[in-house]
Amino acid sequence: MSGTDFSKKTGSQCAPEDIGTVINLVSKQKMEGMSEGEKIRFILDEVECGKILILEEGLTPQEQTKLIETTMSEIDTDTFIGIEMESYVQETERWWQKLLKLSNRPRMTVIGPAQKLKTVHKDSQVIQAVVISGKRE
Amino acid sequence: MGLVDRIKETTFGKWLSVSFGKKHVKIGIYGPPNAGKTTLANRIVRDWTGDIMGSASEIPHETRRARCKSDIVINNGGSTLTLDVIDTPGIATKIDFHDFVENYGMGEDEAKRRSKEATEGVIEAIRWLGDVDGVILVMDCAEDPFTQVNITILGNLEARKLPVLIAANKIDLENASPATIKSAFPQHPVVPVSALTGYNIEGLYGTMVRHFGRRRPKKRAGAAA
Repeated sequence: MSGTDFSKKTGSQCAPEDIGTVINLVSKQKMEGMSEGEKIRFILDEVECGKILILEEGLTPQEQTKLIETTMSEIDTDTFIGIEMESYVQETERWWQKLLKLSNRPRMTVIGPAQKLKTVHKDSQVIQAVVISGKRE
Repeated sequence: MGLVDRIKETTFGKWLSVSFGKKHVKIGIYGPPNAGKTTLANRIVRDWTGDIMGSASEIPHETRRARCKSDIVINNGGSTLTLDVIDTPGIATKIDFHDFVENYGMGEDEAKRRSKEATEGVIEAIRWLGDVDGVILVMDCAEDPFTQVNITILGNLEARKLPVLIAANKIDLENASPATIKSAFPQHPVVPVSALTGYNIEGLYGTMVRHFGRRRPKKRAGAAA
């Protein structure tokens, strides 16, 4: 991942706040066409705009780690406190996947701004989250 | 270079090392904030060197810089393992200074400074992942184990093929449930322990020696964070 500028903004269009919370369902095909750096920049630009993303095919653990690392470098105590990200545990690789060196594909993932999205329950089969309306005074 | 080091450098020494496993490993202690990482690091370091690693606190993100203690020799059941232990800051996906103000009565300036340092600590902890031979992932067994931080760290370690041992900490709490952690992550060894009271700490040392001292294939290149 050398040479990727994570700080470069992609020019994401932020929706006006008074229309409510925007939720984007992002297809597998859209994410497949991006490099790791482009994915992370795309996600953070959208989330910093207040949008919630549901990725049809989520991020690899390495991409998730890089997303957390980049998020930390962009936290602003007054405007952006980080992300809420939820996905399921990776399934254990089966013997034929190990043999063919095919790793499990990332599972569906929801990512949003921590100010707006809060996970209230998560187990191996259900992720329950709430969208918080209004701003903290 | 000492005699032992010279023997290690010989073909025979290298063959011995490959055949009988690694005996000097760098172990990172990872986990979410307030899982008891520093308390566990202090327990390990105190038990084997009489020293301590750092201060622990109930306020999240008390450890905001990684700390390392080198050459800790653990003996268990006739086997020894030499460790470099790295106590890392808690990994989180969000850090809100309001939490420190509202829940811990901190002043706003101090809370903002702590938040800023905590974000830097998370970055440092993630960067250390590329430089460890194995990880003790500390989880609070009175809390839900299906957190994104736990899932992300474990997925990352699995991709790197690094050995991981889950310390199901705070077993002394009334609502502790190490069985939940075991059922959530059955592919990894889980050791119920109380870093605070020392309960089952010998069991943890035994598992560490067996698990981290085992011979492993080389780390996969390019599995960077």
